[in-house]
Amino acid sequence: MLGGFSEEQIKRYSRHIILPEVGGKGQKKLLSSKVLCIGAGGLGAPIIEYLAAAGIGTLGIIDDDTVDLSNLQRQVIHGGNVGMHKVESAKQFVNNLNPDIQVNTYIERLNAQNVEDIFREYDIIVDGSDNFATRYLVNDACVILDKPLSHGSIYRFEGQVTTIIPHKGPCYRCLFEHAPPPGMVPSCQEAGVLGVLPGIIGVIQATEVVKYLLGIGELLVGRLIYYDALNMSFDEIKMRWNRECPVCGEKPKITSIQEEIYGESCRIW
Amino acid sequence: MQDMVIMATELDLRGEVCPYTFVKTKLKLEELESGEELIVTFNHAPAVENVPRSLKNEGHKILGIEEKGDHLWKVRIRKA
Repeated sequence: MLGGFSEEQIKRYSRHIILPEVGGKGQKKLLSSKVLCIGAGGLGAPIIEYLAAAGIGTLGIIDDDTVDLSNLQRQVIHGGNVGMHKVESAKQFVNNLNPDIQVNTYIERLNAQNVEDIFREYDIIVDGSDNFATRYLVNDACVILDKPLSHGSIYRFEGQVTTIIPHKGPCYRCLFEHAPPPGMVPSCQEAGVLGVLPGIIGVIQATEVVKYLLGIGELLVGRLIYYDALNMSFDEIKMRWNRECPVCGEKPKITSIQEEIYGESCRIW
Repeated sequence: MQDMVIMATELDLRGEVCPYTFVKTKLKLEELESGEELIVTFNHAPAVENVPRSLKNEGHKILGIEEKGDHLWKVRIRKA
């Protein structure tokens, strides 16, 4: 044991330890960190894959879905597991990749009732969900509980990603105050998605999580990256804190998680 | 004038190859306080050049490299 690492861990994390910005101290921080991943689908797959490899000590994964053959065009961690609960399949993947990781599984849908109890257990939340109802629920709960959040979303050939540190920068509602009305946005099923797209966005989210936990670099706070796979372009959109933001503004209207705000009508993507 | 005697911690890395020679030296240094000294023993020839170079990049001071016989070196380091 050197620096509290086993021989196996010294080998496994050697390329991290060598980095001056990480070292043994940084790796220990990662090993004692707790990250919650919302969704084990397109975005969740690369997020879970790289966070597990990086040695994030505790990974919570919440998803109520099962693996479908149509998922495997992009959800690279679920091979051979059609029909299995995605969180169980993800756990199996993580255990094979890195036995250091404690995986907490939640086979349920994130909702107004369970969100606060689950979020409290984690240092940072990564949103890999695929619908507006969950996205707003996650944003609001993170602001109310003061939890950092990595946001990512994808559509056809485009993706967006930003990092929210509540009260230190804008939140998702500062930019998009409300979800688009039902029917305005086609579902993933209707719209299609390029299989590699969530890989790019999810890996950026995982990068932000690792940077946040290590306390290094510049986070995407107040900046939203808009990625266009067809143009192969990354644009940066400045996000400003909105004084009138319903959740993080000066006089917030949303001060607790109430079920009616995140109703069924929002669940359209 | 008398030399100050500084107690040095020893680390035996015989049998280790790169990059673990550096990785393990770095982990040991992290356990020490700034200004403390560490003496590392290597028998992997490339480590004698690589490890001091990497340590200097991280700001540590190499106080000396001593050949102790056939394929055996001792590197003395002061932690930054």
